[in-house]
Amino acid sequence: MACNSSSCQSNCYKNDEEYAEDSPSLTDRKLSTSTNGQQNLCVKCKANQPISSASAGAGAGADDAHFCYGCFRRNLYGKFRLSVTSYSMITPSDNVLVAFSGGPASSVALQFVHEMQHRAQKNFDASKDRSLPVFGVGVAFIDESAVYPDASEKVDDAIREMKLVVSKLTPPMKQLHVFPIENIYTSDSIEGKDRLTKLLDAVNDATGKEDLLLHLRMLALQKVASENGYNRLILGSCTSRIACHVLAATVKGQGYSLSADIQYVDARWDIPVVLPLRDCTAQELNLLCRIDGLKTLQLPNSPPAGINGLVSSFVTLLQEENPSRECTIVRTAGKLTPFHFNRIPEISDCTVPLATRRRQKRYNLKPMESMSSESFCPLCNSPLSNSDLSSSNKPESCQSSRFGGACCSSCRFQILPKDSSSMEHFYLSLPQQMVARVKHGSCDNSSMLRQQIQDCLLSDSEDET
Amino acid sequence: MEEVADTKARKGAARLCSLCDQRRAALKRPKTLEQICRECFYMVFEEEIHRVIVENQLFKPGERVAIGASGGKDSTVLAYVLSELNRRHNYDLDLFLLSVDEGITGYRDDSLETVKRNEIQYGLPLKIVSYKDLYGWTMDEIVKMIGLKNNCTFCGVFRRQALDRGAALLKVDKVATGHNADDIAETVLLNILRGDIARLSRCTSITTGEDGPIPRCKPFKYTYEKEIVMYAYFKRLDYFSTECIYSPNAYRGFAREFIKDLERIRPRAILDIIKSGENFRISTNTKMPEQGTCERCGYISSQKWCKACVLLEGLNRGLPKLGIGRSRGLDNDGRKDMKHSNGTKNIESKQCGTLDF
Repeated sequence: MACNSSSCQSNCYKNDEEYAEDSPSLTDRKLSTSTNGQQNLCVKCKANQPISSASAGAGAGADDAHFCYGCFRRNLYGKFRLSVTSYSMITPSDNVLVAFSGGPASSVALQFVHEMQHRAQKNFDASKDRSLPVFGVGVAFIDESAVYPDASEKVDDAIREMKLVVSKLTPPMKQLHVFPIENIYTSDSIEGKDRLTKLLDAVNDATGKEDLLLHLRMLALQKVASENGYNRLILGSCTSRIACHVLAATVKGQGYSLSADIQYVDARWDIPVVLPLRDCTAQELNLLCRIDGLKTLQLPNSPPAGINGLVSSFVTLLQEENPSRECTIVRTAGKLTPFHFNRIPEISDCTVPLATRRRQKRYNLKPMESMSSESFCPLCNSPLSNSDLSSSNKPESCQSSRFGGACCSSCRFQILPKDSSSMEHFYLSLPQQMVARVKHGSCDNSSMLRQQIQDCLLSDSEDET
Repeated sequence: MEEVADTKARKGAARLCSLCDQRRAALKRPKTLEQICRECFYMVFEEEIHRVIVENQLFKPGERVAIGASGGKDSTVLAYVLSELNRRHNYDLDLFLLSVDEGITGYRDDSLETVKRNEIQYGLPLKIVSYKDLYGWTMDEIVKMIGLKNNCTFCGVFRRQALDRGAALLKVDKVATGHNADDIAETVLLNILRGDIARLSRCTSITTGEDGPIPRCKPFKYTYEKEIVMYAYFKRLDYFSTECIYSPNAYRGFAREFIKDLERIRPRAILDIIKSGENFRISTNTKMPEQGTCERCGYISSQKWCKACVLLEGLNRGLPKLGIGRSRGLDNDGRKDMKHSNGTKNIESKQCGTLDF
């Protein structure tokens, strides 16, 4: 848990919880400085050469030089697998969609998911009774060239590369879904592009625009997943990215909802989102891509501007001063209380193996409030704090201002246009899914409560609600 | 018609104050970027503080309140505004100035002169307590012994106790410090960076130590540092404006630089950080330190010995790292603290003048 930060060089290997059966604890590391001396062997297996700093590349922590390639890879995969099994991210009957951007984190996520699936397939083929089915895997890429029209050629090249990468990850075969982001609008693609451009142009704040694009990207992923029969969405979010998100959310006044975004499981979406690489740092993932020769695609989009860019450079600076800072930030934020939706809903389905159900029960976070009535911001889908709710109590006349009143104060400030006519245009350009959230939000809570007391209600009439 | 338009065009740059619409706008308000005149600025500045005091019930009529005075801009402005509001709104408070002499030559001795002038200018009785008298060490002597890395820890811990002791000598009911919004935002960020969830839950409270003998409050919790400087500048208040000579090495510097950059792109981010800090979901079951008393001096402490006693012990025994970093008790420390502790500090301290906690 709380490792002594002065000796923790990176990656918090001292966290005992992280190690399953075949990954003995790394307390051997403590002896490294004294026993290794001249021999310079991998501290874990004491047999092979550690990864040389040359191949590790610039910026590799001193720690990586202690592991040989095999142990490093096993360790990284071990972290992935532990997250997956502890939080029931992938069970045999699931169909998971891997969100793929071409970057190092999602490349590793895809690779590891494939290896897990491949192993399951081999076991299935070898077993006599074929009792455990193999989970399905798909890959989704959200094509944002409508937002960055100059880069569309590079995006096409990237897509070609991706198809190649995915086609090599067999058996079993995986489908690649290339989804242009404008398709979140149910209308045809030209109108979709138009509305998307109008929507983003209505936002003046650079940070707000970036964040809105992220929210739209999630909508797109959710749409791909539900339209194609997937029931889990895997993101490659790593420790480094989460550390940046912790600081950025704090700075934007989103302290209340922060704990919802950084857990292993986020089930407030129709297709629950899981983060199996949450305990891996960007540095480890970059290193793995480099030495494994995993092709990473540099997608052309502008570097983060505004607050997100500032936070990103700040974290880089802090990392230079202390390489374990990202871990500490995420660990601190991990101590914030999560929400009731930060766990996979418990499986009552009898066809799922009992062992899976039991394990899930064990790791599922204890519900603080079992039936909490959280309301959510229609734009960013974050739970609203009391201060957000109290400021939206005024009865609003038109739909667009009612929408604005339902948003969290951070979105209201950085995304929503200030004057009412721009707000109207903005509202009209929103995708249907966001607009629908406002209508559902208010009904959901009362219908949930109604369900609980249904058997005691004497009258069914609507007047009584 | 055209002449009027011409003069209007020439006057273009000279806008009218957006609040009173009568006087010429003289400044852009750092918090909201409104262009307002000086009188309106004084008014919004003072009235916002008055509202904070009233809404958070910081003071009760008839209370004796000590203002932590370092001679710096925050405490000088605090003393000025508090005495002004005390008069204007009849808070019925007995105000005092309480100053701490850490013994930093070239910094504290000069700022103390400022406080002595403030005593005369504002008509508030002054009490000075010094580290030398309380602990037998000045900061200069401490730095000579421990070097430049962890000195803010010593200064902060000692100052907190010094303020409490001074407050007890003055027999006051409350201590008010000049911690401003920037300070609190920095502290929130620092606690996230340092992994201190317990402090994270406490650091945004406007009043702390209510269960102790002398609570302390921060009337400037929502006041921007830039506005305090602006107020002091326009009102030509007498204050000492140099940074502590030991401050450049403080870890807080990282957070401070970041917040300065942040303020440039989005001024309201400072208040947003404080709001986030107030809204963090921190379970009350989280292991919080239990309050007891120090065996050596009787001061309140969550461990066997209070931090000041631990640090003093280290100083007197020639063990500069005692109490720094994550040591466990006093016996292991000789060996444990030989390891260089990457700048970890246990207590965050404000860079010049006052204390947090």
